[in-house]
Amino acid sequence: MTGYIIRRLGEAIIVTLGVTMITFALLHLLPGNLAHDVLGPRASPQELAQFTQQNGLNRPIYVQYWLFLEKLLHGNLGYSYQYNRSVDSLLASELPRDLVLGGLSLIFALLIAIPVGVAQAVRRNGVLDYTSTGVSFLLYSMPQYAIALLLIQFLSISFHVLPAEAPQSSSALGMLAHPAGLVLPVASLTLVTFAQFSRYMRSSAIDTLAQDYIRTARAKGLSERLVLWRHLLRNSLVTVVTLVGLSIPLVITGTLIIEQVFNFPGAGLEYLQATLSNDYEVMLGITVLVGVVTVLGNLVADIGYAILDPRIRY
Amino acid sequence: MRSSIPGSGTENAPAEAGDRKPVDVDVLPEGGEVAATGNPWAVVARTFAQNRLAMFGVGVVVVVTLFSFIGPLFHPTDQLNPNLLEVHLPPGGGHLLGTDSQGFDILGRLMEGGKSSIEVGLAVGIIATLIGLIYGAVSGFFGGAVDGVLMRVVDVGYAIPVVFLFIFMSQLVTPSLTLLIALLVAVSWLIPARLVRGETLSLRTREYVQAVQVMGGRSWRIILRHIVPNTIGTIMVTVTFQVANAILTLAVLQYLGFGLPPSTPTWGGMLSEGTTYLQDGYWWQVYPPLFIIVITVVAFNFIGDALQDAFDVRLQER
Repeated sequence: MTGYIIRRLGEAIIVTLGVTMITFALLHLLPGNLAHDVLGPRASPQELAQFTQQNGLNRPIYVQYWLFLEKLLHGNLGYSYQYNRSVDSLLASELPRDLVLGGLSLIFALLIAIPVGVAQAVRRNGVLDYTSTGVSFLLYSMPQYAIALLLIQFLSISFHVLPAEAPQSSSALGMLAHPAGLVLPVASLTLVTFAQFSRYMRSSAIDTLAQDYIRTARAKGLSERLVLWRHLLRNSLVTVVTLVGLSIPLVITGTLIIEQVFNFPGAGLEYLQATLSNDYEVMLGITVLVGVVTVLGNLVADIGYAILDPRIRY
Repeated sequence: MRSSIPGSGTENAPAEAGDRKPVDVDVLPEGGEVAATGNPWAVVARTFAQNRLAMFGVGVVVVVTLFSFIGPLFHPTDQLNPNLLEVHLPPGGGHLLGTDSQGFDILGRLMEGGKSSIEVGLAVGIIATLIGLIYGAVSGFFGGAVDGVLMRVVDVGYAIPVVFLFIFMSQLVTPSLTLLIALLVAVSWLIPARLVRGETLSLRTREYVQAVQVMGGRSWRIILRHIVPNTIGTIMVTVTFQVANAILTLAVLQYLGFGLPPSTPTWGGMLSEGTTYLQDGYWWQVYPPLFIIVITVVAFNFIGDALQDAFDVRLQER
């Protein structure tokens, strides 16, 4: 087990390095001149040259990459020239708000998807199974923004029940202070996530139901309820670890589109704005962060799975 | 990893259903699975054909394809020159589904958009799966260090957020149909690569593969003649799901403003364009494209799901 964890950690580090390398290289292919973008059209050639010199933009790309990596290891994600703030401080104010959106949606999606998925597996090919399958297929097949826009259409435009814009507060607590504005973004993201989770739960519970220990439990005369609670549900919960691990990056990336629709002040929206204004270190910082979080999420899922399921031996 | 009854999935279903309730004919494996000894394709085809959702999916795909490619013959419209005298017309009169903000006929535009959406979807699904297939088969077959390196590359690809990648790229170059297909392929081949690699790991230990090796068969021959054909189930399932995903991703990119220019109509483009007029009540600009996207993607997903059952393959990625 320890060997497995160490090996996975090693792989994770290699993959993280790969992610930084590719993102860095891609961003350096972007057209445009950073000095020109930052100093504006009226900067003199001397000023441009000085900026280029100071920021090491004229050095070979591998040196620049190395410097970037060095800063990254010190937790420095770069500097936003648009806002004159470090990317760290930008993210420090945005990530808590993303956590509210992503975290709440994750919790709601799990709370709905676990019972629904298990119930679908137990009553396979029943009415509930078909209905839920239909609903999740439908949600799965809609562009994310369409789900959000339909909610807006019905709940904000047709019936003025809920606001169509997220609260524009500067802190996570401030967001929570306006729950009405959070309902639609959280609901949209929950629906998107639920579609994937319930399918996953269903097939995992069907697998579990076919296992020998379920048959044994039934054969020894356990009541159906005990079989479900003690054997099926508990074992299906191992799947939840995978789901949570895999959706950690969703807390940041999956929200990009939802953030755009509801004007939710988070990292995804920040990213879109950064691309429009060529705020290149912000783009680099956020992409690398998402990449690292994805790798971490997979790591957590794999290790959690190995710890929770004693049948898995590596 | 998972303990399974010999003979795998086909036997699980009745054991589970038969335990508790009277034998349900629909849940039992199709009789052919036990009797059929000859042609495995016949079994697959029969299982597939018995799945009502799959048949619905096939029907929808056929209808949508005919609609997009043959439809313009019966309903010719001008989708190149905006007609500013006829903007935002509600359905009725000369325009069955009304017109959009440029005066384009929505019905005709749905057909045009269908062409590009289906072309992108099919091209991406097929090319990405082929690349992933070869990559995964090589990685799994050689194993060891080769596998380690190749799979880390796939991991890196997985960790780079797709939407972010597209936004980079759209800044570099003006998107065209070919470029968009190439980009979607660049992010889509990872899934089949992982799946095929997993399957190859178990296939390469089979006797027939070892027999060829002992007889001195070349690696490439083994991969192409003995491994790749045995992953056909996974391949067909993946292609179907990839088509669905590509159509969806295209729609999302279009919404973010990083897709094809308006001169190439797509369903996603129509939908995102229509949603800007949501508040004005121009519903005919929103619901027709949304409906056709959803029903096409659902159809491909139904087909993929049924193929998965028919070939009895397990896709953990889904």
